[in-house]
Amino acid sequence: MREPDRDETTGVDTTGHSWDGITELNNPLPRWWLWTLYLTIIWGVGYTIAYPAWPMISGATTGLLGYSTRAAVVEDIAQHKAQNEGLVRELLAADLDTLAPTEDLHRYAVARGGSVFRAQCSQCHGSGAAGAKGYPNLLDDDWLWGGDLNAIRYSINHGIRNETDEDARYSQMPAFGDILKAGEIDTLVGYVTQLSQGDAASDSTGATLFADNCASCHGDAGLGDREQGAPNLADAIWLYGGDADSLTQTITKARYGVMPAWGQRLSEEDVRAVSIYVHSLGGGE
Amino acid sequence: MPILDKHALLERSPTLLLTCSLLVVTVGGLVEIAPLFWLENTIEDVEGVRPYSPLELTGRDIYIREGCYTCHSQMIRPMRDEVERYGHYSLAAESKYDHPFQWGSKRTGPDLARVGGRYSDAWHVDHLMDPQSVVPESIMPKYAFLAETVIDADYVDELMATHRLVGVPYTDAHIASARADFTVQVDPDEDFDGLLARYPGAAVANFDGLPELTEMDALIAYLQVLGTMVDFSTFTPDPSR
Repeated sequence: MREPDRDETTGVDTTGHSWDGITELNNPLPRWWLWTLYLTIIWGVGYTIAYPAWPMISGATTGLLGYSTRAAVVEDIAQHKAQNEGLVRELLAADLDTLAPTEDLHRYAVARGGSVFRAQCSQCHGSGAAGAKGYPNLLDDDWLWGGDLNAIRYSINHGIRNETDEDARYSQMPAFGDILKAGEIDTLVGYVTQLSQGDAASDSTGATLFADNCASCHGDAGLGDREQGAPNLADAIWLYGGDADSLTQTITKARYGVMPAWGQRLSEEDVRAVSIYVHSLGGGE
Repeated sequence: MPILDKHALLERSPTLLLTCSLLVVTVGGLVEIAPLFWLENTIEDVEGVRPYSPLELTGRDIYIREGCYTCHSQMIRPMRDEVERYGHYSLAAESKYDHPFQWGSKRTGPDLARVGGRYSDAWHVDHLMDPQSVVPESIMPKYAFLAETVIDADYVDELMATHRLVGVPYTDAHIASARADFTVQVDPDEDFDGLLARYPGAAVANFDGLPELTEMDALIAYLQVLGTMVDFSTFTPDPSR
């Protein structure tokens, strides 16, 4: 190779490139830059030795430190579990019938249940548990399937009208559009509205229709039946709306609210905690 | 170093430069891509993962068309907060029949990798029609038009044949019964044993509650199967991965 040209003004070698009389100087790279480059290369090689990296014949190298994301998450979860171990054991052993958890346990259960609720339940029941149309309000004492701790726990564990849990709570209102005439449904809507306002006339045609078609589930006085999730019709609380249109829709086509079986997704302690949380919201019995 | 001083040689010969560049890129490609085809721990064998049913596959296309992936990821990372909120971390095998996979990289909305079975069909309808009606703080747009768009099975067998082309193990029987399976999945009154034999665990329901078969049905069928295929009570992870 020929000797590089030297630029006379600066005394630096040129690359030999020249455009329109402008030559390119061949200054060396700065020392600090070069050393940073060499260090990162050494670091990179060291990293692949310490951590899982190189693909071999049957698997990748596992790394000298034995790091594994799967093992790390298991360990992380176990560590947090261990911190609350005593309280969790108490929670699992607590008899929800007598409802006498100690103050500490209750506080823990409500805090834990609250975070479970916000992550898992709030999408339907609302982040404040006030519900939405078709998704029951859990703040009041109007319960469809029972509001004591064990009833709440059962509803959460097995869900309602789902197809994944054989023990899910189940009932189905008939679609009265196939059974009654349109005029009769109108009469019933009027009667049910009166019922919820507390001034139903017991000798009206509406009362007769109600007794013949509805009373077997909702009760003679329309107070509902928790055994079969039949709502109380004698109060002003409506799950699907209490205006004439909504009621006509409800009676004509019936409703079929579904809740998943959370026992299949949550741990037993989470189910207990969220039961205690829901129970503590104001309507617990 | 003397070897570094020879770069003038490379710079002055385009052919040599191209040849050497190709060599470098090839080495990188071999190291990064080739092992995926032989390493046994790339995709572990997991029981239960099956190809999507025709209706689910159609719903998946709608999911992609509407750009759901721009706000929703489908990958639960192995971290405590994610595992406790969404469920078991995702396995590579769970998206092995996804072409392309929907892992996503941005979560404006929650992760959907295990949304299947988490909500009722009616909730999905309410939520897609008007997300704020059930989650007031949500910023998700409304997708009510899905319930107005009636779909048919005219192209579903071709869609499945295309997926077979890229490696999804649909058999001739799957494709022959695709159109029938498509409609039977929204009709619990029909005989759906064949569908369940071909696609174990598929949900059969009139998902949107409407008499017509709409895009809403297909999308909900897809959402309801997400993350439900693997039974994690029988799964023991290899901790070394």
